Amino acid sequence: MHGVVVDSSPSRAPSAPPPIEKPILRFLTCGSVDDGKSTLIGRLLYDAGLAPDDLLVTLEKDSKKHGTQGDDLDFALLVDGLAAEREQGITIDVAYRYFATDQRKFIVADTPGHEQYTRNMATGASTAELAVLLVDARKGILEQTQRHSVIVSILGVRHVVVALNKMDLVGYAAETFNAIERDFRAFAEHLRFASITVVPLVAKDGDNVVNRSAHMDWYRGPTLLSHLESAAVGDASRIAPFRMPVQWVNRPSHDFRGFSGFIAGGNVQPGDIVRILPSGRDARVARIVTADGDLARAVSGQSVTLTLAADVDVSRGDVLASPVSPAKVGDRLHAKLLWLVREPLVLDKSYLLKLGTKLTPAFVKEATSHIKIETGLAEPLGEGGATLAFNEIGEVELWLDSPVACDRYIENRDTGGFILIDRVTNETVAVGMVQEATSTSRGANGLPESSYASMEGLPQPLARPWRHMPLRSLIKALSWRIPGSLVTFAVVFAFTKDAQISAAITATEILAKIALYYLHERLWTRLHIGFENNDAPPPPDEEGL
Amino acid sequence: MTAVATKQLGHLDRLESESIHIMREVVAECERPVMLYSSGKDSAAMLHLAIKAFYPSKPPFPLLHVDTMWKFKEMIVFRDRRARETGMELLVHVNPQGIEMNIDPFVHGSKLHTEIMKTEALKQALDKWRFDAAFGGARRDEEKSRAKERILSFRTAQHRWDPKSQRPEFWRLYNSRKGPGESLRVFPLSNWTEADVWDYIARERIPVVPLYFAKVRPVVNRHGMLLMLDDERMKLHPGEVVEYKRVRFRTLGCYPLTGAIESAATTVGEIIAEMRDSRFSERQGRLIDHDGATSMEQKKQEGYF
Ligand SMILES: Nc1nc2c(ncn2[C@@H]2O[C@H](COP(=O)(O)OP(=O)(O)OP(=O)(O)O)[C@@H](O)[C@H]2O)c(=O)[nH]1
Ligand SMILES: [Mg+2]
Repeated sequence: MHGVVVDSSPSRAPSAPPPIEKPILRFLTCGSVDDGKSTLIGRLLYDAGLAPDDLLVTLEKDSKKHGTQGDDLDFALLVDGLAAEREQGITIDVAYRYFATDQRKFIVADTPGHEQYTRNMATGASTAELAVLLVDARKGILEQTQRHSVIVSILGVRHVVVALNKMDLVGYAAETFNAIERDFRAFAEHLRFASITVVPLVAKDGDNVVNRSAHMDWYRGPTLLSHLESAAVGDASRIAPFRMPVQWVNRPSHDFRGFSGFIAGGNVQPGDIVRILPSGRDARVARIVTADGDLARAVSGQSVTLTLAADVDVSRGDVLASPVSPAKVGDRLHAKLLWLVREPLVLDKSYLLKLGTKLTPAFVKEATSHIKIETGLAEPLGEGGATLAFNEIGEVELWLDSPVACDRYIENRDTGGFILIDRVTNETVAVGMVQEATSTSRGANGLPESSYASMEGLPQPLARPWRHMPLRSLIKALSWRIPGSLVTFAVVFAFTKDAQISAAITATEILAKIALYYLHERLWTRLHIGFENNDAPPPPDEEGL
Repeated sequence: MTAVATKQLGHLDRLESESIHIMREVVAECERPVMLYSSGKDSAAMLHLAIKAFYPSKPPFPLLHVDTMWKFKEMIVFRDRRARETGMELLVHVNPQGIEMNIDPFVHGSKLHTEIMKTEALKQALDKWRFDAAFGGARRDEEKSRAKERILSFRTAQHRWDPKSQRPEFWRLYNSRKGPGESLRVFPLSNWTEADVWDYIARERIPVVPLYFAKVRPVVNRHGMLLMLDDERMKLHPGEVVEYKRVRFRTLGCYPLTGAIESAATTVGEIIAEMRDSRFSERQGRLIDHDGATSMEQKKQEGYF
């Protein structure tokens, strides 16, 4: 091992756990084949003193047998655990590693760079909050680097660390670092990452992994580990509106009926009203039942069982949602799709769609655009049978056999992400992200609902559709009536000079017209005359009278 | 919706919640699930999670123990006690051919013993009761091929695992679809580490087999491993002596294949402290893992859990 002196390793966690729990960081390593992802993770564990001694003895033996590094340790063998991986010297499937320093707990998914195994890389990315994107300093940004960047971006990973690896092979040159950093930032312009950090390193020797490099004085930024230890990533589901996809109806006896699920957004307390979707009925939460006793409140990330005050129909696949900002109900989805298998997407073929706990047959009506790997931008496809091939990303129109309750993926990963399953092979053939849901049968489920964009503070670009509530109509009637009635009084008084008659006429008019306007308004909320598209939610208020 | 808006879920809360979610998904989507129960610490945590997941109902599946006839006696006593206390149905299966062949790990070696009494026996049991999903307490941090496995791991009708073409698995969305005869192995503890399991056992006061705690026990040093004399079937080799040492076990399996460690830890808290300072991995004391560099993977491909 050259180049680095192991000085103060952060070492294993001490016997006494740190007083405040820092949130765990889930990250993945990705990038083109052979750029050094597995080596980096192996080296990180080794330098941080987190690889147990017996595993190091095994590593030494394995390095002699399979290693690519002569007499040195081949750190990739600490993570490449499958026989085929060790024989071929590549990663085939994701390896998950768990480690903790004094600062923080980590889960890392070391993913394969080979294009053939892109779906395994996407598997690792779907649960990550941060991506460490490896780039070989000799090669710069390759097509596979771009593909992984785009996948990481559409899966909603917001933070990227570009690990510029193999600096030893370019003479530790600052110019190379600067040029590749420029290239990457230009390329990533459209990928909407919240942060991009570039670290020059030598995974093989450990330079700038845990310990500072002795060869790159010009680099003043953090080492990879210290950046990971301090990276701030938010848990947006906590501030999202309440969502609980119902997993299982819990019926131990005739007098208990609970709905078990994982809270995928917001929070809930007994007494809250929840809306059952797709049906649209509201019900009050009676109890939050757990084996440790009833809870006064449950938050996003908790598995609970709710009972409702009313005896309403709820089953697996339904979503309990906040009535203030309920999930959208639709049987048409506009979505991004990553195609995962060699047989290309077949339009109009029936697949099974699983979203949350809902499983429904669905088919792709049309592929509307491809996402170009070089730019990350959508490129419209003409009409007429365009499809998606292995590892391609596109935007599609999905038609579902039955409506689902969902959110846009950028607002909620749990209620906005879905998979498609082949009905014959049972393989997972695609992973998708909802962009928009619409309904063809508004009469049936009656809910042109708004959705709510509090996730990660993204601005909500859509016009918000509203539901007209009776109370709203009443208040509107009053706010129109009061100034109107004052004018009526003034006019009648001007003609009659009699305050009593003016007051009587005004009073009569107030009562009659409020009633009339209220009825008129309720009638109009039920009519859709004059709307351009019956699929679109009605526009907010139309000023009238 | 106001009040305690700042309640933070801790690390263990999140792990617990994730495991519960996995169990409920499988119960909702599979026809005949079963929980493999070995009475070790991971099984103990998993059973506790199952009880929480379905409360106030009882977990809607039985427990299955694949007995090799060479488990520590205390494990069997504990297994029966826990089944009684929790009211769970307990199924026990032993490979009848193995009994006929009189399989003895001291004579036949760990490889054959594991193949016949564990791998083969497990397949027989799953086929016998036609289970289509089996929960197991394996964790990804245990071993390098386990680190590669999905939470829902698909098995062919012959119970084979193909590590080179696993189904992708996104977010919390599991694809449990399978054809006739095919089945799933489900690992609700995938994302737990050994330390997490002990922290959870401490927090929830989950009972575990006393073998995890240090006590003076009769042991023999064989090939650098401290084997405990659990019954008279273990014969001393020439030159071997029985020593009485204060030992405990970090993992539990068949007593002829499981090494003890010298320790003074008699409480869960002391176990946790000792583990954090250890320079060795958990499975170091397991003989069967060292039959070859990728032996766990091979066993798993053949149907081992
Ligand atoms: N010179 C040099 N070689 C390196 C460095 N990091 C990794 N390598 C070598 O690059 C080769 C590929 O390393 P891996 O870690 O297997 O690459 P990977 O990105 O995990 O590859 P896949 O997972 O198959 O995509 C191995 O021979 C490593 O030893 C480095 O910093 N400098
Ligand atoms: Mg690799």
